[in-house]
Amino acid sequence: MKVATTERVIEFRDALNEAMSEEMRKDSRVYLLGEEVAQYNGAYKVSKGMLDEFGSRRVIDTPISESGFAGMAIGSAMRGLRPIVEFMSWSFSLVAADPILNNAAKMLYMSGGQFGCPIVFRGNDGAGGQLASTHSWCVESMYANVPGLKMAIPYDAYDAKGLLKSAIQDDNPVFFLESERLLSTKGHVPEEEYTIPFGKALTRREGKDCTIISFGRPLHFCLEAAEVLAKEGIDCEIIDGRTIRPLDIDSMVASVRKTNACVVVDQSWSFASVGSEIASQIHAYCFDDLDNHVFRVHSDDVPTPYAHNLEQAYLPNTRKICEAVRQATYNA
Amino acid sequence: MMSTDLSTTEEEKMTENAFQLLPASVPGKEELLGWLRQMLLIREFEVRTMQAYQNRLIGGFCHIYIGQEAIAVGTIAAVNDDDPVVLAYRDHGHALARGMDPKYCMAEMFGRIGGCAKGKGGSMHMFDAEHYLYGGHGIVSAQTPLGTGLAFATKYEDEVINGGKSSHVTLCYLGDGALNQGCFYEAMNLASLQDLPVIFVLENNRYSMGTAIERGTSMAHDLRVKSEAHGIHHAVVDGKNVVNLYKDFKAIADWCREESRPFFVEAQTYRYKGHSMSDPRKYRTKEEEKTEESNDCIASLTAYLEEQYEVTEDAVKQMARQIKTQVRQAVEWAKNSPETPMDELYKDVFTDHWGPYTGTSKPEMLEGDAS
Repeated sequence: MKVATTERVIEFRDALNEAMSEEMRKDSRVYLLGEEVAQYNGAYKVSKGMLDEFGSRRVIDTPISESGFAGMAIGSAMRGLRPIVEFMSWSFSLVAADPILNNAAKMLYMSGGQFGCPIVFRGNDGAGGQLASTHSWCVESMYANVPGLKMAIPYDAYDAKGLLKSAIQDDNPVFFLESERLLSTKGHVPEEEYTIPFGKALTRREGKDCTIISFGRPLHFCLEAAEVLAKEGIDCEIIDGRTIRPLDIDSMVASVRKTNACVVVDQSWSFASVGSEIASQIHAYCFDDLDNHVFRVHSDDVPTPYAHNLEQAYLPNTRKICEAVRQATYNA
Repeated sequence: MMSTDLSTTEEEKMTENAFQLLPASVPGKEELLGWLRQMLLIREFEVRTMQAYQNRLIGGFCHIYIGQEAIAVGTIAAVNDDDPVVLAYRDHGHALARGMDPKYCMAEMFGRIGGCAKGKGGSMHMFDAEHYLYGGHGIVSAQTPLGTGLAFATKYEDEVINGGKSSHVTLCYLGDGALNQGCFYEAMNLASLQDLPVIFVLENNRYSMGTAIERGTSMAHDLRVKSEAHGIHHAVVDGKNVVNLYKDFKAIADWCREESRPFFVEAQTYRYKGHSMSDPRKYRTKEEEKTEESNDCIASLTAYLEEQYEVTEDAVKQMARQIKTQVRQAVEWAKNSPETPMDELYKDVFTDHWGPYTGTSKPEMLEGDAS
């Protein structure tokens, strides 16, 4: 996979801003709406400066009314506008579950191909810092269950920009899951325009002993774990899936056929999850290649706790990933 | 005539703050005959729909529009052909009034490839891009934020993209059951904040399924409070008399278009049949039904035409016969339309091809617009 060609380093949040701004300059049908996106410059400063550049007709502050403004954006997308809907947190998308799942994801099908829904829903997904359970949702497993939507989870600034531009250009609804914990991270983002296609995983570390598959923020812990395990003589290959729908299962399978061991790290709860889906597919496609069953690392199967120590223990972390890899490779 | 105002005291209501629109004039004989034709068509279509349902040609949930025809016909007559329309699930009548050929509507309910949505939506999901019909929607009130969004889109297109003045008005229909869903209030709030030209057309048939409006809706006796809380004007129109309804509604539609503002219009009506095909109607009396049916929208328009234009009973009967034939032919066409083929199962999930998904295609109804 191609990597950044220049040394320009920017924050993840600015990469998102650039993706939106570039697409809005190119296409007047693209507009941004959400809570605090305009005058406040974004609750997390992702849309900083966009009101000044594009004006209040295209960068729109909404009331706290997710069901209403998500539905409004979908209605406008049915006519061919291309809204970007910012959820301050994906946790708040739950009150908009009907429009985003029943309308956005199904409109093309239920109208027999007459009305599509070119829309991006984006915002923070997963635990922030001690936000407790209602504000710490990882929606990927729940929403990925629904056909008709695409889902992307960027890990670094380069992917944030390239994947978001692809999302905005896509004629289908895209659920774009960012992480509050990654917004301030910095990465190489070239000046020149680029996009990253959906359905193409990225190998973030090459290795021969065990494949670790993950998405988004937990990749940070996967990379840390790989360093720890390298000192123990276990050489991990890390696959960043980048998009959950479409899922690049081919790249994952190719890696597992090489390493013969697999750990899936998914920050959502384990039951009926993205992790269980990938494990199931790896078991099916790599039945003869695996030396052990696929191991999974998730958040613990409890509501997200507030207490700092409990929250840290609850999330997928380096310790849990190391333990899973040792078990998968019979080094436990 | 409706009197709509946002003032608080009786005195103010009577004086300078009163918001009044002058009723529009009644169109001529030919247009009225067209309305009668549409209302007769909807009623005949629904009679045949019930038969087909009983004969198991139609499955799922099916909601009959008989009794409410004047609303679809009179409101749609008051707007332009390219104004967006979005509906709840009792949607056959509006689709026909908007111009959908009844054969596509019937074939959709039969689950055939010839249906407006290729048999993928059924009774509650009538879509017709050519006629700017953005669907029937099955979840109660889900269409109200969509209606706000359609109005947002026309205004954005007219003003932001094309640099002109907002020139469209969206019709967003809802039943009285939708009054109790939160998203309706979110939709009104956003429409008011954004100055969007959308008319929320409440078809108040007094029952949400089996629940009388007073049992499910606070302030049911004075629904103006529902929209006035959002600074949106309210009007009551006669849902049983298409001429009366049109005069008021046309004035409202023109005002919304000109001012780029939302409106909440309550059309008082009654559905003659049950909520859906499986409803025994034990929650209301036969006497009530009889009283309501004695004030019938088709009978009142027929009487008006006889009185004003000396249209004869024979001429109306002749029209009814033609419609019977047309609907019979629609049913036959739908029966002969092939079952939706298996390759449609994975089509229209996404616009593009990936994994098992095979892109999208347009229904036969939009032939000439095939992608």
